Amino acid sequence: MPEQFYFALEVSLNGLMAGIMYALVALGFVLIFKASGIFNYAQGVLALFAALTLVGLQNGQIPFAHLINAVFGTSLHHFGWTLPAVVAIALTAVVMTGLAILIERYILKHLVNQEPIILFMATIGLAYFLEGLGDVMWGAEIKNLDVGLPQGISETIDEVTFNWFGYGFFIDRLDIVATLVAAALVISLMLFSQFTKYGRALRAVADDHQAALSVGISLRFIWVMVWSIAGIVALVAGIMWGSKSGVQFSLSLIALKALPVLMLGGFTSIPGAIVGGLIIGMGEKLFEFFIGPMIGGATENWFAYVLALIFLVFRPQGLFGERIIERV
Amino acid sequence: MFYREAGDFKSSYPGDSQTFPIRFDRMRYYAVLAVAFGIIPFVINDYWASAVIVPFLIYAIAALGLNILTGYCGQVSLGTGGFMAVGAYACYKLMTAFPEVSILIHILIAGGITAAVGVLFGLPSLRIKGFYLAVATLAAQFFLVWLFNKVPWFYNYSASGQISAPERTFLGVALTGANASAPAKYLTCAIFLFALAWLARNLTRGTIGRKWMAIRDMDIAAEIIGVNPLTTKLSAFAVSSFFIGISGALFFAVYLGAAEVGESFGINKSFLVLFMIIIGGLGSIFGSLAGAAFLVLLPVFLKNVLVGMLGWPTDLAAHLELMIVGALIVIFLIAEPHGLNQLWRVTKEKLRLWPFPH
Repeated sequence: MPEQFYFALEVSLNGLMAGIMYALVALGFVLIFKASGIFNYAQGVLALFAALTLVGLQNGQIPFAHLINAVFGTSLHHFGWTLPAVVAIALTAVVMTGLAILIERYILKHLVNQEPIILFMATIGLAYFLEGLGDVMWGAEIKNLDVGLPQGISETIDEVTFNWFGYGFFIDRLDIVATLVAAALVISLMLFSQFTKYGRALRAVADDHQAALSVGISLRFIWVMVWSIAGIVALVAGIMWGSKSGVQFSLSLIALKALPVLMLGGFTSIPGAIVGGLIIGMGEKLFEFFIGPMIGGATENWFAYVLALIFLVFRPQGLFGERIIERV
Repeated sequence: MFYREAGDFKSSYPGDSQTFPIRFDRMRYYAVLAVAFGIIPFVINDYWASAVIVPFLIYAIAALGLNILTGYCGQVSLGTGGFMAVGAYACYKLMTAFPEVSILIHILIAGGITAAVGVLFGLPSLRIKGFYLAVATLAAQFFLVWLFNKVPWFYNYSASGQISAPERTFLGVALTGANASAPAKYLTCAIFLFALAWLARNLTRGTIGRKWMAIRDMDIAAEIIGVNPLTTKLSAFAVSSFFIGISGALFFAVYLGAAEVGESFGINKSFLVLFMIIIGGLGSIFGSLAGAAFLVLLPVFLKNVLVGMLGWPTDLAAHLELMIVGALIVIFLIAEPHGLNQLWRVTKEKLRLWPFPH
């Protein structure tokens, strides 16, 4: 059954690509968790917020137009200009950095030394706030995000694989771009953390807060930096997911998909996030393909969690996570 | 002046180890019970019952359950919504399969079934700890919701995929269905809450509660002094799920009347109940009730202010409400990470010294 085999191969390839998309979100989690020990639930909402801001800036929407209209009885909606994609992306990156500064100043600074669960809850509160803010600022309707990324099925791959195997592989161009972008992102993050002064400071903070403080590294600066990087990673994830399925509330739910990826890969490992994403992406597509029809379909909702759960029972720190050592 | 241990002499061991050692606290407790069972049933109307009081009572039960697991035993769970769904669907199947048995018994059995499911999903907690466990409980949440969506047996093959509660009576009074009156709904939930809160209070101050707390504080050390982690963790999962199952059954049968699993018992429900115990205070019975009251009242209050008084459009109000709830949670965590219960405790300490603070 070569036909069936090729089809399964295609499904797993697409799964790998989807996994890259999950890994993009998981990356932001890992960065923040490593640097500050905060399990940042708001990462998905950050992606949504970044995508909303990007669309809003591109189309020249007036922020808070809905609120202003409700209060003053006006009917504002657009400035009447549109920005080129590159400018809008740069501006959004600035907004995300500003957001990181605000988050550090008004939330994290006050929660130093609290229990991890408290910090986790604070990021859930932040997620609610940002979700509301995004909607109030830019409106809640589904928006199209178009920054000029290629869309649709890649005919070249279809043709080439058809000539080779006698079976054309359907692969979305956007997925290919996402893969390349994710690879570039991971490589640049690694270069950054290995070869720059701030990257070294970041690794020092991740290793030991107090030791880092004692050699003169500013924790607050590192936190702002890491949240800005996470914000920009979220922007990239937002662009990819937004181009794929439109900018809407459900974008924030991909954060939930990133959680099993993290569990599988380990909370503290960047390669882990990528490998975990690939395993989850491929696993859930193949499971849906082979087993799904037998048990009613839509298994993608839970398969990743159950896989991660079973996996964790045998390896509680994930694939690449730091070994958990407990002292009494 | 009157909030003192002084002059309240205990002459027996039960008297010495009672829940409320201060006379004023005891009086307040009886007064609350008298108001809850003697006055509110006669004055409650449909709006108050359906908007505020019945959801408060039901969420309070769920918060109590989650607080036993997370606050007392230290196992963070994000599967509350899924376990509530188990309670609701178990109750529905029992109600339709055995119409002649009393609904109250069905609700209790639904709690028991949920406890069994909870133990099953609690098994990994022996290996997995902390955040890894929290995320692992999401598996329960998503799997259970999917299960109730996809297997038609659970919703009796109804075309809409919904479950709706048939009318069931107790002593001739309708408790579920369209004809159930506000006082009947209120009393059902209030009695369950009272009994379960009493149970939770007494469990947590006894042997089993101390074992839970030992595991919470440090499980390895607890194991060394002879606390069995297997039975302790699983008993916490069982008791917690029992509470949550009952609240799910009440939520569906008494409060909603008809439910669709993804909408009524989704992941948001899990977070909502977790917020309740964090805002109320981890590891406290009063905190569970206070947190539930706070988070039930807040949206009602905000909606009345934003839509009712300022006349803003409802969608804008909903988004602002999200922002306000999120901001309040953060502010709360910064100002008082130990929750409303800590405020209450500080107030009581102050009261004991009042009016001579030194």
